[in-house]
Amino acid sequence: MGEARAKSPRRTAGIIQRRNDINFYICILPWLLGFLGFTIGPMLYSLYGALSKWDGVTAPTFVGMNNFIRLLTFDELFKKSLVNTFKYVILSVPTSVLLALFLAFMLNSKHKGAGIFQVIFYFPSVSAGIAVYIVWIWLFNSELGIFNYLLSILGISGPNWLGDPRWSMPAIVIMNLTFCGSSMLIFLAGLKQIPTQYYEAATIDGASAARQFRSITLPLLSPTILFNGIMAMIGSFQIFGQALILTEGGPIQSTYVMGLFIYDYAFLYGKFGYSCAASWVQFVILMIISLFVMKASGKHVNYVM
Amino acid sequence: MNASNQATVYRPKVKRAIHSTLWYAVMALLSIVFALPFLYILSTSFKTPEQCIVYPPQFIPKPFTLRSFQTAFSEFPFIRYVLNSLLVTSLSVVGTLFSCSLVAFGFARINARGRNFWFTLLLSTMMIPGFVTLLPLYTIYVKLKWINTYLPLVVPAFLAMNSFSIFLLRQFFMGFPVELDEAAAIDGCSCFGVLYRILLPNAKTVMFVVAIFALVNSWNDFFGPMIYLNNNDMYTLAVGLILFKSSHGATLDLGPMMSVSLVSILPVLILYIVAQKYFVQGIVTTGLK
Repeated sequence: MGEARAKSPRRTAGIIQRRNDINFYICILPWLLGFLGFTIGPMLYSLYGALSKWDGVTAPTFVGMNNFIRLLTFDELFKKSLVNTFKYVILSVPTSVLLALFLAFMLNSKHKGAGIFQVIFYFPSVSAGIAVYIVWIWLFNSELGIFNYLLSILGISGPNWLGDPRWSMPAIVIMNLTFCGSSMLIFLAGLKQIPTQYYEAATIDGASAARQFRSITLPLLSPTILFNGIMAMIGSFQIFGQALILTEGGPIQSTYVMGLFIYDYAFLYGKFGYSCAASWVQFVILMIISLFVMKASGKHVNYVM
Repeated sequence: MNASNQATVYRPKVKRAIHSTLWYAVMALLSIVFALPFLYILSTSFKTPEQCIVYPPQFIPKPFTLRSFQTAFSEFPFIRYVLNSLLVTSLSVVGTLFSCSLVAFGFARINARGRNFWFTLLLSTMMIPGFVTLLPLYTIYVKLKWINTYLPLVVPAFLAMNSFSIFLLRQFFMGFPVELDEAAAIDGCSCFGVLYRILLPNAKTVMFVVAIFALVNSWNDFFGPMIYLNNNDMYTLAVGLILFKSSHGATLDLGPMMSVSLVSILPVLILYIVAQKYFVQGIVTTGLK
């Protein structure tokens, strides 16, 4: 009798737990199916494809590391795409994060109209797509474009942006700057969370604005900077559409990035296996850099507010 | 700005006025740069072919003409592309709302074993570049005879392949008082009853946020349509634009191209103006936690 009574709440708990488990899996079933069928399944297939000779029509035949060896040792075009992608990441991540931080800093003020400026700065991020990329081609036009017109007012003869291999990548980086809206909003929210008392106390202690920025704002914002930096990096490593529309990888492959390489080898040359291998190189590099950045930043990022 | 504002309190008025003027000057200049592409589209859409190549560029079209729209829409089936885009976008929005709310509810409210494991996995899928799964997916779609249909663009939405939306909804559900669930459960409400009767009617704002992001992403997406559709009649507006660029890109008469660009941006612009604060809310929620 006593034993039965002691057991029953535990049994009830067990029944509730089991019912919860069942309900949970019913709820996440759509995602679970998608995860298996559209994410992890294709990923394993892609890994097998990367280790195979595969034309996308007939079944892949296993060739071991051949694709990777060829990619990383002999393939000059892949090396070029790798270098170009790194060039883009190194140029675009710091500039866009800094601009986002600057804009957030400017917006976090009591001036009238800050809201309107925020709306303007974020819109390019919302509308980024083919139409916007196409317009930039014309803004960058060397003879009729607005940029070179504005430069000519200042007495500078502007470059042939998209037609000059030295300026094509910087041009894409400049366009990318206008897509920093999301980071800007995240920075702005981060800035608003910093208690104003910190600044009041610092002002009473006689700290200058620059000093306050260095000793209060920067440390308290460091997790946000890390987050935005990593998100920007993940995004810019996968750059594809901008290069496809603005330059198609040119001139003389100066903007030929990994995304274009992967795309061309699959859909232009029908070398699916080789293309998969390139996509895994991209993935692994991205993983290594992300982990490295997170680890290296550990000491400098302050999570206490 | 916070820091310098605190300091300005002690500065003389003149200095503050200079500070303020400088602020407006910098912001106005940056605004022009950010708005330039859109002003350019707007202005060029209504120009004659001759005006498109006037140098220096003129902002106000004189005379004002609608001929670009006529040319573009008679030469290209843009009405059809717009309708196709509307179809794909609305299906994606419905699919995302339906699937992501269910999945997010599971992650936020049901205390099951293995929940954290699956959620970590869900978050880590955000790191996977799309290119890794692209070719297997393409091959699978070929085998399923899904190429040239909207299924590859829409089915993933119904299977909650949108970690961002799940995350957003989960955050909201977790912040909602648990006592309401418990009270409803005592009154005999089932687990799914709690979701559809208690949580969702109170989640209109966050559902709207998820919907607008799904809408904009689907509307702007060109990669999926470019790869999975190869029949002209099936194209969405974004791919139609690429096609139009490759056939008209070489001419200096930009009017038709810009008029189509205007049509493709306009819905997003209107939605953005109306729902600006919801866009901000979506970004801020996912960025901070």
